[in-house]
Amino acid sequence: MYNFEFVKPSSVEEAVAALKTEDAKPLSGGQTLLPTMKQRLASPSKLVSLLGIDSLKGVSVSDGVMTIGGATNHATVAKEAASAFPGLAYLAGKIGDPAVRNRGTIGGSIANNDPAACYPSAAIACGATIVTDRNEYAASDFFQGLFTTALEEDEIVTAVKFPIPEASNYQKFEQPASRFPLTGVFVAKYAGRVGVGVTGASEDGVFAWAEAEAALAGNFSPDAISGLTVDADGMISDLHGTGAYRAHLVKVLTGRGVKAAS
Amino acid sequence: MPKDGIGASTKRREDKRFLTGVGRYTDDINLRGQAYAYFLRSDVAHGRLTNVDISAAAEMEGVVKVFTAADFSAAGGLPCGWCVTDRHGNPMQEPKHPILAEGKVRHVGDPIAVVIADSPELARDAAEAIVVEIEELPAVINMKDAVKDGATKVHDDLTSNLCYDWGFVEDNREAVDKAIKEAAHVTTLELVNNRLIANPMEPRVAVGHYDRASDDYTLYTTSQNPHVIRLLMGAFVLGIPEHKLRVVAPDVGGGFGSKIFHYAEEAFVTYASKVVNRPVKWTSSRSEAFVSDAHGRDHVTKIELALDENHKFTAIRTDTYANMGAYLSTFAPSVPTWLHGVLMAGNYTTPLIYVNVKAVFTNTVPVDAYRGAGRPEATYQLERVIDKAARELGVDPAELRRKNFIQPDQFPYATPVAVEYDTGNYDATLDKALEMSDYAGFDARLAESKARGKLRGIGIAHYIEACGIAPSNLVGQLGARAGLYESATVRVNATGSISVMTGSHSHGQGHETTFAQVVADMIGIDASQIDIVHGDTSKTPMGMGTYGSRSLAVGGSAMVKATNKIIDKAKKIAAHLMEASDSDIELKDGQFTVAGTDKSVAWGDVTLAAYVPHNYPLESMEPGLEETAFYDPSNFTYPSGAYICEVEVDPETGEVEVLAFTAADDFGNVVNPMIVEGQVHGGLAQGIGQALLENCVYDENGQLVSGSYMDYAMPRAADVPMFAVDHSCVTPCTHNPLGVKGCGEAGAIGSPPAVVNAVIDALHRSGHKVGHIDMPVSPARVWAAMNGQG
Ligand SMILES: Cc1cc2nc3c(=O)[nH]c(=O)nc-3n(C[C@H](O)[C@H](O)[C@H](O)COP(=O)(O)OP(=O)(O)OC[C@H]3O[C@@H](n4cnc5c(N)ncnc54)[C@H](O)[C@@H]3O)c2cc1C
Repeated sequence: MYNFEFVKPSSVEEAVAALKTEDAKPLSGGQTLLPTMKQRLASPSKLVSLLGIDSLKGVSVSDGVMTIGGATNHATVAKEAASAFPGLAYLAGKIGDPAVRNRGTIGGSIANNDPAACYPSAAIACGATIVTDRNEYAASDFFQGLFTTALEEDEIVTAVKFPIPEASNYQKFEQPASRFPLTGVFVAKYAGRVGVGVTGASEDGVFAWAEAEAALAGNFSPDAISGLTVDADGMISDLHGTGAYRAHLVKVLTGRGVKAAS
Repeated sequence: MPKDGIGASTKRREDKRFLTGVGRYTDDINLRGQAYAYFLRSDVAHGRLTNVDISAAAEMEGVVKVFTAADFSAAGGLPCGWCVTDRHGNPMQEPKHPILAEGKVRHVGDPIAVVIADSPELARDAAEAIVVEIEELPAVINMKDAVKDGATKVHDDLTSNLCYDWGFVEDNREAVDKAIKEAAHVTTLELVNNRLIANPMEPRVAVGHYDRASDDYTLYTTSQNPHVIRLLMGAFVLGIPEHKLRVVAPDVGGGFGSKIFHYAEEAFVTYASKVVNRPVKWTSSRSEAFVSDAHGRDHVTKIELALDENHKFTAIRTDTYANMGAYLSTFAPSVPTWLHGVLMAGNYTTPLIYVNVKAVFTNTVPVDAYRGAGRPEATYQLERVIDKAARELGVDPAELRRKNFIQPDQFPYATPVAVEYDTGNYDATLDKALEMSDYAGFDARLAESKARGKLRGIGIAHYIEACGIAPSNLVGQLGARAGLYESATVRVNATGSISVMTGSHSHGQGHETTFAQVVADMIGIDASQIDIVHGDTSKTPMGMGTYGSRSLAVGGSAMVKATNKIIDKAKKIAAHLMEASDSDIELKDGQFTVAGTDKSVAWGDVTLAAYVPHNYPLESMEPGLEETAFYDPSNFTYPSGAYICEVEVDPETGEVEVLAFTAADDFGNVVNPMIVEGQVHGGLAQGIGQALLENCVYDENGQLVSGSYMDYAMPRAADVPMFAVDHSCVTPCTHNPLGVKGCGEAGAIGSPPAVVNAVIDALHRSGHKVGHIDMPVSPARVWAAMNGQG
């Protein structure tokens, strides 16, 4: 790790101001950023901790929308979303291990946009809104490929708003080493619409499987997708699985998700 | 018998300090004025060093000194401890292994320069200021390509990348070829024994301390064998005589073989401490361990098994390419040869065997012994090919094995690959495992899985291994540059407590508990009266350390010999005290008695007399009670056992779940059943890890793709089932005093073929005629094989 400055403001305004310094970075749970710094692969001049800002923490529900503060950790979501949005609570409860879940946050996960992160699949499937200190983004506009988002350098994710589905399910097929998803699929069923968000599979990052969404909108059953195939082109191939395998998993996991949510 | 004697499941006394955080590991040692070393390592696999400019780094704040290869021109290279002779009678090719890269870098992680500074951070900062220019060369990665004519050479001064081409038994070569040609049936299998990274919990650490006052050096290091390090480093690398060099390996957090070897960092800190006149410490990071600890396995093999019309094995021929990596690690050449070829008979009466091994240099981290070392590679190919043969012939794999087992009345049994098994009863262990696993009831369980849409399979493996290495004169003939005896000093104190100094080294095995149990049992006093001292060359006699499941069989035997000397002398003292004849003295439960009388003296009375010799036969006997013994075994020991694995495969995803695992082992006599079971559990977890999860992968440029836990999959508790373990089938070893064989590696040796056999079985039972899947049998590989994409 290189030396850096550390500040812990208590409001979003102060945090945004602190981020004006060149090479300053927000620090949330630190579960991604700190290991990267330890490896000397990142050298921010200043870390602006978001954990002192109370308004960034918590889970609330109103008018069928669940709002999760940007600095809310995974363990809190696993617990507090359990009755209103069990599919998302389950997803949060499967991230990493207890230590990771008690530190890592939804804002950090969304802002980092790891191609194998779990939350982005739910955000895409649900058509979530990413709220920042200066903007609101539709999830489909926010995620822009591997580790790339619509955020500006000094922009902070303050909350994520999920329209709560009638039924939902997350299928995580773990990569054997990291236990991140090798492929993960979030299925969300709404009146008149179904969302299928896929993570871990595509070289372009999280995506919505549009054909499955269309097929499932009329018939929310695994049969509805049995005739579909996922193109292996553009799928990630690495030592844990080929693109063909991941494409196959997308379909299997979607079917399982639909079945579990039906 | 005292309550903590032989056979008692005494709790491990060492665990108290480990579990309460007061263990003393090498990294816990911090000396006054200590400086810190940071190794700048190559990030390319192969290239010429055209420039290493340390001038800016040397000027930086807190930097004590920066070293490059030029500073070691007077030092030797790291020695190799075993010279293999090839099948034409020539010695292997043996390149120099410099402490720091000289002229060329040969693998990612090869050290180029070292900074010593006042803190680890300053050392690392300065290392980033070193300018390194490398003219990249093509990386030599694939072993078969590496030995082709015209291949880029890893070592310019060698004739090729072939370290040796070994044939064993060379005289059998033609007879084996003929038998295979004429056989009723031949089963052929090509397979890879996947490369592994040992990953002990504690990364390596070394602290060097040169004392100007006494002109002595001390090295604290994470080693399985401090005396071996002292000998190799003192005599061959740095030229320090042994009386001026002390090596201490305190608590060591696991080794699995990777801490046997003498590493550059050890020699570096020892040497540098004198140059900078400060203690020098190096602590490996986990990332560094991936590219600097010796790796394991990495064999590419073709095996052929010939059978007659009665399904008796008539011949075995195997061809293996064994990866040595970029340099020869300490015992690397012995692993694919004398620890592998000699086990190729397995438990079977196969009369003709020929083993060919080509050891190959590549631009990868050196490869050496890893839990089992050669024996897992032998067992895996043999037990896989037998399974394949059973399937091809349509016979039960258990019965095919049984038909070819060496029978109990055939021992001692000389195999065609030069070893003589002393005892064994393979039907007994197989029967036990079949019973424990309810092999007969498998069909009902299969039906139950089917009802849930899952495939189910059951796999058997029967292993034999050779432990307790080894008769020194024999291994000397085979090329070992060391003796492989063990030593012990038993020091009885005046009031009767005992310190045992053993040359064995415990790094997780629980010697402090089991060794004390043995001595307690022999004398009949409480084990709490006995301390086991190990890991310090200034305290213990010259010992060879712990690997190859040798500690109890060899180190324990030395301790028994020394304790017997103690008992003999103590009886003479007791005879004097009781005015009886030596030959009438009996020792039981810590009391000396005169046969046929009610006279007795206690252990403590005798030990006190030895040190306060007021009433003592001084004219005929020295006072004191301390004895040393060295034990050189007359043969290896041959543990064996039957392992049965039951798996479920998800046909949609290829995921494998190990549902049950049964191990019926014959370890000979057992001193502490609980510790033995723990050793088996650990070995099984590692073997299942190799079979399903672990894989060290290089890309074609020699970059380590599986360079962290993000991509290198370690087994976790949830990946293994509750094990069913038994060691009640006992055929005691006939040639060591305890009748013990060794249990440390068995689990890792026998389990990989059992797991893979089970997966293949599940696929076949569901109509997928898959011949083989290489380890790790990952979901992606199973799915690919099921869908014809393997
Ligand atoms: C062992 C382990 C296992 C894991 N397993 C999984 C898994 O299975 N699935 C999964 O999805 N994830 C997994 N993770 C990642 C984990 O979920 C992280 O918590 C998450 O990716 C990052 O969140 P964080 O709060 O720790 O962010 P940090 O590490 O603090 O920050 C990450 C990045 O986001 C930026 N950032 C943080 N917060 C904000 C914000 N509010 N606005 C703008 N930018 C911000 C930071 O500047 C940094 O660039 C795992 C991590 C570990 C260590």
